[in-house]
Amino acid sequence: MTDLTRLSAASLAAKIASKEVSAVEVTTAHLDRIAAVDPRVHAFLHVDREGALDAARKVDAGEITGPLAGVPIAVKDVVTTKGVPTTAASKILEGWKPPYDATIVERLKKAGMPILGKTNMDEFAMGSSTEYSAYGATNNPWDLGRIPGGSGGGSAAALAAYEAPLAIGTDTGGSIRQPGAVTGTVGAKPTYGGTSRYGLIAFSSSLDTPGPCGRTVEDTALLHSVMAGYDPRDSTSINQPVPDVIKAAQLGKNGDLSGVKLGVVKEFAGDGSEPGVLSAFKDSLEALVKLGAEIVEVSCPNFQYALPAYYLIAPSEASSNLARFDGVRYGLREGDNGSHSLEEVMSLTREGGFGPEVKRRIIIGTYALSSGYYDAYYGQAQKVRTLITRDFQSAFEQVDVLVSPTTPFVAFPFGSRTSDPYQMYLADLFTIPTNLYGGPAISVPCGLSEGLPVGFQIMAPTMADDRMYRVAAALESAVGSFTPPEL
Amino acid sequence: MTYEEILTKYEPVVGLETHVELGTRTKMFCGCKTDFGAEPNTQTCPVCLALPGALPVMNRAAIAATIQIGLALNCDIAEWCRMARKNYFYPDMPKNFQTSQYDEPLCVEGYVDVVVDGKEYRIGIERVHIEEDTGKTLHVGGATGRIHGATESLVDYNRAGIPLVEIVTKPVPGLGSLAPEIAKAYVAELRDIVRALGVSDVRMEQGSMRCDVNTSLNLPGEEWGTRTETKNVNSLRSVERAVRSEIIRQAAILDDGGKIFQETRHFQETTGDTRSGRSKETATDYRYFPEPDLVPIAPAPEWVAELKAALPEKPSVKRARLREDWGISEVDMQSVANAGAVELIEETIAAGSSAAGARKWWMGELARRANELDVDLAAVGATPAQVAALQKLVDAGKLNDKLARQVLEGVVAGEGDPAEVMASRGLEVVNDTGALTKAVDEAIAANPEIAAKIRDGKVAAAGALVGAVMKTTRGQADAKAVRDLLLERLGVS
Ligand SMILES: [Zn+2]
Repeated sequence: MTDLTRLSAASLAAKIASKEVSAVEVTTAHLDRIAAVDPRVHAFLHVDREGALDAARKVDAGEITGPLAGVPIAVKDVVTTKGVPTTAASKILEGWKPPYDATIVERLKKAGMPILGKTNMDEFAMGSSTEYSAYGATNNPWDLGRIPGGSGGGSAAALAAYEAPLAIGTDTGGSIRQPGAVTGTVGAKPTYGGTSRYGLIAFSSSLDTPGPCGRTVEDTALLHSVMAGYDPRDSTSINQPVPDVIKAAQLGKNGDLSGVKLGVVKEFAGDGSEPGVLSAFKDSLEALVKLGAEIVEVSCPNFQYALPAYYLIAPSEASSNLARFDGVRYGLREGDNGSHSLEEVMSLTREGGFGPEVKRRIIIGTYALSSGYYDAYYGQAQKVRTLITRDFQSAFEQVDVLVSPTTPFVAFPFGSRTSDPYQMYLADLFTIPTNLYGGPAISVPCGLSEGLPVGFQIMAPTMADDRMYRVAAALESAVGSFTPPEL
Repeated sequence: MTYEEILTKYEPVVGLETHVELGTRTKMFCGCKTDFGAEPNTQTCPVCLALPGALPVMNRAAIAATIQIGLALNCDIAEWCRMARKNYFYPDMPKNFQTSQYDEPLCVEGYVDVVVDGKEYRIGIERVHIEEDTGKTLHVGGATGRIHGATESLVDYNRAGIPLVEIVTKPVPGLGSLAPEIAKAYVAELRDIVRALGVSDVRMEQGSMRCDVNTSLNLPGEEWGTRTETKNVNSLRSVERAVRSEIIRQAAILDDGGKIFQETRHFQETTGDTRSGRSKETATDYRYFPEPDLVPIAPAPEWVAELKAALPEKPSVKRARLREDWGISEVDMQSVANAGAVELIEETIAAGSSAAGARKWWMGELARRANELDVDLAAVGATPAQVAALQKLVDAGKLNDKLARQVLEGVVAGEGDPAEVMASRGLEVVNDTGALTKAVDEAIAANPEIAAKIRDGKVAAAGALVGAVMKTTRGQADAKAVRDLLLERLGVS
């Protein structure tokens, strides 16, 4: 019998729809796989066996149909799931069960997708390796001694380890794409406002974007279509039709890119990357040219300021967003033993509940917003953001999409970048500009460097998510997929 | 130094920040109800409890109400502005930041004219902005009900997220000794304006309108002094008292060669003075920044024009109209307005009273009573309907003036409506002619000389007999009826 965990979401959906297999069988296969390999991978913080099987049974009973009905999914633990623990990988939310579903979770449920569980991540999505999870890191299925990327390392690793065919991620500075790149999976950051943030525990409100993760471009597009779309509960949600990403992926799969102009970002095509990453990127460009694409070198001079601007804007917003975790209404409460004042309890709770990287960013953000420093830091970063947006806009007057490696380096060994925050921040060097601009971007596997996956990033104009899917699907058909060693 | 002496030496500068809780059906950023007095934490949801992941969505009705307030205060309406986060930790503020407005308020540059002692003063409005209210903390256990010594702190989030409009005046110099009265008149005018818009019930006693008063003193020709901000000013009368007591307090310090510290002070209803709050507050850095969870507010010019066209009659225009209707002088009308009695009298008339009767009760007996009780007129304990009912009883001859005052006293004391008080206290006018005739005959018999004089045509002497009858009927007779009957019995009429 076929191992159901090795199939794509598209083929699983077809088999379930044709009753060749049941949704319960598919879900059970993945739950069993989790039980077998997750002790080594640690992609999940919580597995909801009963909830997933209940949802699968509803599909088998014919209550729900649809393009992904019965296909199980893993959800990053920063997204609220009603009655199912949601911690954002932080001690401060240990055991918290939200009384409500995020909009995107509601949509998954409505689409008949059993939710297998909640995936590991860097605490409050702050990090690029999952090493900042309060519950221990996730191990990269390609090499268990290496990081799976972050913050959404759990979702990416779950895909690479065949624990789930699809996963939800969130991308603030690269948290979907960089884990996708280092685990050899696909990860898309939709246009900001294209997917609802309602129920996504906020890190940086103006940057956070939930998005789909899969092993193939087509699967990712299918999930994109299910989760995206206007939500009146999110004021920043865009009230426009979702771009037809499924059609675009199918178009790209045919392997014809004639007339498509790819802009290679000059500033990202050189020294910053490992040689193996650069050579895989260049080979991919050649493959795309063979499919008819035209390569244009584009300069985006302000991209070099993206990283510092990001590390002012995101922590500033985070310092405010995370203020609500004070032990008063939910989650951890420390020091409430009668000998401490209310203020002290709030302070002790935050001291004990937040990890080092979260504290670092709260302090940076608090400082950047302080009176007397606001203009120099937060204000200046907002100006840079405007300049980066202009770089994108003028680039898209010349080309259809921009391309770059997703991340400058392949999966690195644990502990190799935790001592110097800047070394960790470099992981998102190429992904951050898109978040500041608000456009969509996707990472698709494009080759291996010393046996580890390399990601190829495609960036598109806002609300033109379909363009990146077309190019991604074409590249995927040209370079094939990459399978990790058996666990 | 007396207050008058202080004001010959120092010049006060006064500024007011007034919060008005809007009467929208739902909260500012979520669909929760805003009913007053509901069970604690029954009007809450993930958004107003700031559960992780919840997001705000702007209440359009609240924006409309704010724009209308701005328009009614002669403000310019911003074409584009943003909400901002005001960051500070406080347990009754679920997000630990307040969603407010900072350097981009929705309405700017307006004014309000008020008249005190026949003179008009223009109070400049610096800004009108929209923000959200906080929850309420209750400290349980311990002796004082305050945080010190309390064993539990309980928070009710029903109020959290209710839309608040903040109206900030420019600093107003040059008011002299009338500063307290003018400050009060401004708040009364503002209240009438907002009430006329129907966007809030603006009840200071329920907290739906709250004032912070900024006061400073300077010597003539010198720079403005350091200001203090007095919070907890919860009635019109308190506005006046807070300004006055702060002027007196600051003058005493300055005269001693002392310095005024910029600080938050709290008004004490019982003593009428202000006490220092936490001076630490002045050091708070709110780290304002634009609210990233909400899109900017960009009211379409057509919408603003629509809201402007829908503005109701201005209270000053309305007062001119009512003055005509009621047939009173401008000075009388102004004292009605400054006493906060316009609506009360209007509603009393609407409930069936004569204009003169309504004004008489509210500006006389009830104003005196409110003064004694140290409360606003609206909170004195009588409603317009009750006052109208009282006046109707007088008009029907069932109460005379003296009895009516006693009935009103009972109403204010919470004994019920006028009819109930009249019955329970046995205060009806005696107009049973049998009983009256008996009393009159007895008076005639007891005073034969006076009766003879009246029979001889000295009608003026009747007063003494009327008095005697009134005495025996313990004032419950109608004096005119007694007189008529007396003259009839003596064959003079
Ligand atoms: Zn609510």
